[in-house]
Order: sequence, then structure tokens, then C-alpha cells
Amino acid sequence: MLEIKNLKVRRDEKEILKGVNLSMNRGEIHALMGPNGSGKSTLAASLMGHPDIIVEDSSEILIDGINIKEMSPDQRAIAGLFLAFQYPIEIPGVPFLEFLRISYNTIMKARIGETFRPLSPYKFKQMAVSKMKILKMDESFLDRNLNEGFSGGEKKKAEILQMSILEPKYAILDETDSGLDVSALKIVAIGAKKLSEEFNIGILVITHYKRILEYLKPTHVHLLKDGVIQKSGGYELAEALDQKGYEDA
Amino acid sequence: MPKSLSNQEKQLKKSKTEYKEGFHMPDSSTFKSEKGLNEDVIRNLSKMKDEPKWMLDFRLKSYELFLSMEMPNWGADLSGINFDEIHYYVKPSDKQEISWNDVPDDVKTTFDRLGVPQAEREFLSGVKAQYDSEVVYGSLIKEMSEKGVIFLGTDEALKKYPEYFEEYFGKIITPADNKFAALNSAVWSGGSFIYIPKGVSITKPLQAYFRINAANMGQFERTLIIADEGSYGHYVEGCSAPVYTSNSLHSAVVEIAVKKNARFRYTTIQNWYSNVYNLVTKRAYAYKDATMEWVDGNIGSKVTMKYPSVYLMEEGARGEVLSLAFAGVGQHQDTGAKMVHLAPNTSSNIISKSISKKSGRATYRGLVKVVKKATNVKSNIVCDALLLDPESRTDTYPFMKIDNKHVKIGHEASVSRVGAEQLFYLMSRGLSESSAAALIVNGFIEPIIKELPMEYALELNRLIELEMEGSVG
Repeated sequence: MLEIKNLKVRRDEKEILKGVNLSMNRGEIHALMGPNGSGKSTLAASLMGHPDIIVEDSSEILIDGINIKEMSPDQRAIAGLFLAFQYPIEIPGVPFLEFLRISYNTIMKARIGETFRPLSPYKFKQMAVSKMKILKMDESFLDRNLNEGFSGGEKKKAEILQMSILEPKYAILDETDSGLDVSALKIVAIGAKKLSEEFNIGILVITHYKRILEYLKPTHVHLLKDGVIQKSGGYELAEALDQKGYEDA
Repeated sequence: MPKSLSNQEKQLKKSKTEYKEGFHMPDSSTFKSEKGLNEDVIRNLSKMKDEPKWMLDFRLKSYELFLSMEMPNWGADLSGINFDEIHYYVKPSDKQEISWNDVPDDVKTTFDRLGVPQAEREFLSGVKAQYDSEVVYGSLIKEMSEKGVIFLGTDEALKKYPEYFEEYFGKIITPADNKFAALNSAVWSGGSFIYIPKGVSITKPLQAYFRINAANMGQFERTLIIADEGSYGHYVEGCSAPVYTSNSLHSAVVEIAVKKNARFRYTTIQNWYSNVYNLVTKRAYAYKDATMEWVDGNIGSKVTMKYPSVYLMEEGARGEVLSLAFAGVGQHQDTGAKMVHLAPNTSSNIISKSISKKSGRATYRGLVKVVKKATNVKSNIVCDALLLDPESRTDTYPFMKIDNKHVKIGHEASVSRVGAEQLFYLMSRGLSESSAAALIVNGFIEPIIKELPMEYALELNRLIELEMEGSVG
């Protein structure tokens, strides 16, 4: 289980999360909605261990019972957490395929230990290509540099591809729907849903819009406002928020 | 030399922990001139080399020029150089070695630790390795000599092929060019001479390894390359110097003539230890439709001042410089390029990438000059600097002297930092902080790395990874 207990964080001297509580089992899909500035992206970044975010001592973030609060982002990734970024940053000169392979080998070696045998570059590419098919991504993508010159939609697809390769236990999708057109949104959302089922990934999807949720079908929906979860419910809450807005739902 | 041996052993032990490639072997030199420079040192040196009189005269005239010229004060701080504390000539053995089997064991061990033999086996068609001031080992595979390619130590070449020296030596870079060119002209020793005949292509790179291996010893090698009409060649030199406690000076001169329709590439990966002043003058003349490419990577040294240049002498000539500098703690890399367009329809391209870490300073200093008669010139300059932390520093001095209206000059410059967001992103994918930083840096220099022979590319990536350890956070 991913457990967030009394999460209080500050960024640039400003208190942003004021005691967030949320639990999610593996294989579940949760949606986190809320107005701009409510702290959604800060929540995502603080779970992954962003260095600029200061988490209060009393807060806890547990992955299957292990507190990851003091861990660096790489240790959290190894522990099974994944963040699909809202704005994936460009890393010039680093080929996407090479990056994927380094990332995969590093994480799997740390998770599995000495018995881990890295895939040959050829086998790894085959594996990546097979996963790209699910997301309808062209193979030539692998030769481009990491996020460099990717369109908004390509960046989002590349994030979900990374999730599929790194096989996390829990993933946070931070506004993965923004920048995607209708058909790309459908591909990405259906792909993510499939991955969640196949690898038993717990997904926390952050969004303003109901559309992505129509494909993902979250069983839990949370409203984050003023730094706390104000309401939790089932899928019907997403519909209510979509129709009435965050104030009246 | 038993005394100095024990000292060096002590130094070796001490230095091992400080610098992986900074070991050095017992000094097997048979002759070492006294410290300091005067006319007698030069006369002696020339006599021992059994040089023609014109070369002695050239040296003495150059020495006069050296004395009369001021230290350059427009670039890096050179105040730490004490010309009286330098040995100007060291001769490692009386004879040049012919085959690998004859190379002294201590020299071999030195190269072994640097991984040179592997590079030789797989990538090299001819090998020249410089030990102390002279070439002690040189080999050229059969194919090369059959093609008429000459690849020799400069001293030996002067004896065997004086005609090339009379025509080219000191003509592309005259002793009056700058104080250090004058110094090199006065005391030069060793270096490589290459002649590629008309129409001959060398597909594998020729390589030399330069090292400084005697304490307080200057190294003043002199390289002369002639790529005759329609020929192609690639020369690679890699440097990795041992540790010394006092300042060392490396001041080389490299002259290259690239004749009509020829193409030549000169690649340097320089990793002097951080007490070396590396002050090198490199210049090529490119004639009609010829192409000259400098690939210049500077990682080590205390101070480097080096601006490989191409003089575009005739129509259709092309010049290119790919420059890479890494300025670590206490280092100043003052590097760049010069392109001098002397004829119409000539083009040049400069790509400079620098990385600064801690107190390191990387300076790009470049000149693009177009004379009045040179119409329809194209030149493109890209300078990118990467700063690893707030203490690191970079500056850019792109000089241009354009005397013709019909030119197309492009100039782009950027300064970036290894961003916290980039590190966070890569770390969220399981990479440690230092691996993430190394990946970002290797990505940044990738446009230069991809131009290097594979062994060098791998070694450079490895060096960057070593440099990144503990440099962030």
C-alpha cells in the first residue's frame, strides 16, 4: 500500500500541503482533482523527493510499510515509485534508448540484486519496441534525444512508456492529459489502464478534466483544496466536480 | 640516478592516491640539460642533435625574439611560469627504437597503465609515442610505407627529408608569431613529421602519445604535417601527464599544410596534470578546395591557452574547429579557434563546448577574420558553456574583423547550468546524483565526442564520470 500520512510541506518558505492523508492499494486507480494552486503538483513532487520541497518531520510516506520520506529520488524509484512529469525536462545529447536502458538496468539491479542479468542492448530494444506498440509510438523515437524537441503529446507518451519499462508499484501521473489531443489521450489512458492491470500498479492520476478518467475509471476520487483533501469519494465525485466545479461539488 | 629514483618512488606513492594516471616511472633519461636557458644550451642541444647550421641559426634567432617579446597579458594568468626553473632538453636514449620489443620496459609499463596498447591494436595504423622530449618509439605499418607516407619523429625527419623543412618549417607559424612560438622555435625537440603523398588516403588514424615524465622538464615538441594534393589523413594525439610538485610547461608548435583538394583532421585529447602550463600554437594553411579540421579536447592542465587556427588561403577552402574544454578546480582553460579568410568562397565552422566545475574557469576566445578581397565567405560559430555549480565561471570573447560586405556570419552562444530539475528528473528514474550529472555532461559534449575515435570517446566519457563523482550536491 502507498500511504501518505499527515503530509505537510513547504516550498520557498510557503506552506503548501497542510496535512494530506491518502492511501492507495496496488492495482487501484485514484484520481486527484482540485483547483489551480491547490498543491497537486507539489504533492506529486514531494512524493518523488524533490530537493526544493521541505517535508515536516511528523509526515510519513510509506511504500508497503517502508517509510521513504528520507530517501533520495533514485532510492524512491528503486522502492517502486514512479512519477510521470507534467513538464518532462529536455536532456540534450542523451539518446532516449540509452537513457531507458541505463535507467532500467540501474533500477532492476537494485531491486533484484546480484542475480539480475541485464538485457543485451538488442534484447532491451526489442522489449522497448514491443511496449511502444501499445502506445502507438514510432520506433524512431528511441534514436532521438531525451525529450529534446518532443511535442507536448510525445513527451507524455514517453513518460508512460518509461512507466511501462520500469514497472513501478505505484505511479503518479501529473496532468498527463494536458497537451494531448483527443486520440492521443485515449491511447495513453487506455495504455496506462492496461499497465495498471498487467503489473498491478497503483495509479494516482492528477487532472483537471474528467475525460482521461472516462478511460481510466478510477475507483477513488479525491478533491485537494487549500492543501488538504477536502472530499473523497467514488467515480461519481469526478462527475460532480466536472459539472459543478470545485466550489459547489 | 639512484637518488632521484628514490625521490620519485616517494612521489609515486604520494601521488597514486591523488591522481589515477599520475604515476610516473623511474627517469631513464641519459642526458638532461641544466635548468634555465641561454645560448649555450641551444648550441649544445643543436650540436647533440647534429643539426644543419641553418637550424641552429633559426634557433638562435628565435631565442633572441623570445627574449625581446613580452609575456602575453591578454589571456590567462601566466605569472606562475619561471623560465629559469625549466630543463630545456632531455634525451631519453641515444637511439630511436624501431620495434615494440625494443621499447624499454618502464616505458611500456607507463603506456600499459594508460591503456595505450589496446588502442593501438584496434585502431591504429601507425604508432608514435613520445617519452620525455624525444620520440623513442615509432612504427609504421607496411601499408603506409608502401603508399609513400612518411611518419617520423621530427628530429629524424629533419635529417632524412631536409627539403620539406626548408620549404615549410617555421613558415606557417613563424618564431615571431608569439612568445611561446619563439620559445618552441628556439628549443624544440621531438614531435611528429607526417607527409602524405598526392592522392593517398589514410583511413585509420595515425597516433602519438605525448607525456611529460621528468620533474621540472619542459616539453617543446614540434610537429609538421604536409597533406599533399587530394590526400586524406587523420592524426590523433592523446596526452596524460604524471604528477609533479612544481610547475611544468608544455609549449608545442604544430604546423600543417593542406594542399589542393586534400583533407586533414588533427585530433587532440589533452589531459595534462593540473600543474602544467599548456601553451600551444596550432595553425594550418588550407589551399584550394582543401579542408582542415581540428578536434581539440582539453581536460587537464593548470592553464591552457590554445586556439587552433585555419588560414583559408585559396578559394573553396574549408576550416573547422571542434573544441572541448573541461575546467576543474583551479584550472583555467582559455581556448577557442581562429579562422582567417584570405580568399573568396571560403567557409569556416567553430563549435566550442566548455564545462566549468568548482573554481574552474573556461574561456572561449575566438577570431574570425575576413579580408577585403574575400567575398562570399561563410562562417558559423557556436559556443556553449555548461556551469556545474555557482563557483564555476565562463566567459566568451568572440572577436571578428570583417572587411568584406558579402559575408554570412552566424554566431550563437549559450550558457547553461546543470539544472536541479534535470537532476531530479533523471534521479526519479533511478540514477544516482553523480550518474545523473555525468549523463547530462556527456549529453552536452556529445556533438564533439561523436567525432572522436571510439577508444577516445569511451575514455573521455570515463574521465567525465570520474570528474563528476562528488562534484554535485
